[in-house]
Amino acid sequence: MKTWDWSYTGHVLPDLLRGLLVTLEATALGSVLAFLLGLVWALALRTPTRWVRWPVGAVVEFIRNTPLLVQLFFLFYVLPTAGITFSPLTTGVIGLGLHYSTYTAEVYRAGIDGVPVGQWEAATALSLPRRRTWIAVILPQAIRRVVPALGNYVIAMFKDTPMLAAITVLDMLKQAEEAGAESFRYTEPITVVGLLFVLIAYPTSLLMRALERRLGN
Amino acid sequence: MTTGLYELLFKGLWVTLQLTVFSAVLAALIAFAAGLARLSRFWIVRFVSGVYVEFFRGTSALVLMFWLFFALPLLGWQLAALWAGTLALGLSYGAYGSEVVRGAIRAVPAAQREAALALSFTPWQRMWLVILPQAVPEMVPPFCNLLIELLKGTALASVLGIGELAFGAQLVRLATGQSAQVYGIILVMYFVVAFLITRGMRLLERRAKASVGRVPQRDRTTAKRVPPGAVGPGVGTIGGGAR
Repeated sequence: MKTWDWSYTGHVLPDLLRGLLVTLEATALGSVLAFLLGLVWALALRTPTRWVRWPVGAVVEFIRNTPLLVQLFFLFYVLPTAGITFSPLTTGVIGLGLHYSTYTAEVYRAGIDGVPVGQWEAATALSLPRRRTWIAVILPQAIRRVVPALGNYVIAMFKDTPMLAAITVLDMLKQAEEAGAESFRYTEPITVVGLLFVLIAYPTSLLMRALERRLGN
Repeated sequence: MTTGLYELLFKGLWVTLQLTVFSAVLAALIAFAAGLARLSRFWIVRFVSGVYVEFFRGTSALVLMFWLFFALPLLGWQLAALWAGTLALGLSYGAYGSEVVRGAIRAVPAAQREAALALSFTPWQRMWLVILPQAVPEMVPPFCNLLIELLKGTALASVLGIGELAFGAQLVRLATGQSAQVYGIILVMYFVVAFLITRGMRLLERRAKASVGRVPQRDRTTAKRVPPGAVGPGVGTIGGGAR
């Protein structure tokens, strides 16, 4: 048996690239959800009432300390029994976004803590309303300095998207699996998928490192 | 759920713990080897370990697991599922861990190395008696985070058909159809194990710091999580302990 079949590689490549599109789509949508939800958690964890802080903190800790794969199964099998049916991709995006929002919450928290106290005091001195203090003063400075950290989570999420294959999303890994099941040759498709991950994740991580240096933190 | 089905879950939990321990040991060995190699005097050693680290941090652990299980046999090696899982987790988390080792060693003040040089310690003594004892306590909190990420990663092994917790849950779900209950239970199980790991590692940190005459900071949030392989906050800022 040949160890590596180039013509077969060429044959499966279009399917894998179609899977790559799904992977990228899931990453992009998941990131948007994670960025928004993470901010919600971060702000909720700063409210003065412990009746908000405590439950939100508990839920965030729980989600962060349990496996994404199991959470995906939970969403995939339990939501329909409650009468809510999403497509597998939507379920996957919700799972990814929810899981990573517990990490981005921590990133935002660090960013908000990093805003100098003087900024808060200045906002108070100008008697800016609370909402405006957050939107116009604190958050723009906090988010600016955490952009590279958020980018790193996008990369981490990208590398976790193959888990969506377990809930039947036709991402890269699922495409590779199906190609393998058809021809009994897994070597080429799975190797190509692994390499594609490195080819995308490594340059992006270099970009984030450069960004981090530029923003000077 | 009947007791028999609960038993299936506990059996799965046991395999999950085994898988976590085996791959953690492998990952720790690789982390130290690769982390030290990246600080080597010889560029070729630095280069090779750099390629390893960047490659395994860049690819997906699940894809790696698939590759070791499905693709490697066609190239001539057949791994048992448990070992393919262990190897995949050990290799990827070892790569993440090597960054922790490297960061902690570089965070040891240069004066310590210079003092050891001045006392004409051999390189081996310098590393073993001076640098590492000070670097190791700083590694504990990031290693704790990685260990929890690794524990979460063991769920991936279920796709290879390894009978760990997530796999056990799948069997129970198929048998009973009570998805919410089954997955709820195992999520709690994972959470409890992660909690125990955090507690254990905090104890270890206190002990490790005490052994080099440091007091751990009271308000330190050891649970600050860093994405696996991220260069973000945390990994780079290891040297923050009280001196």
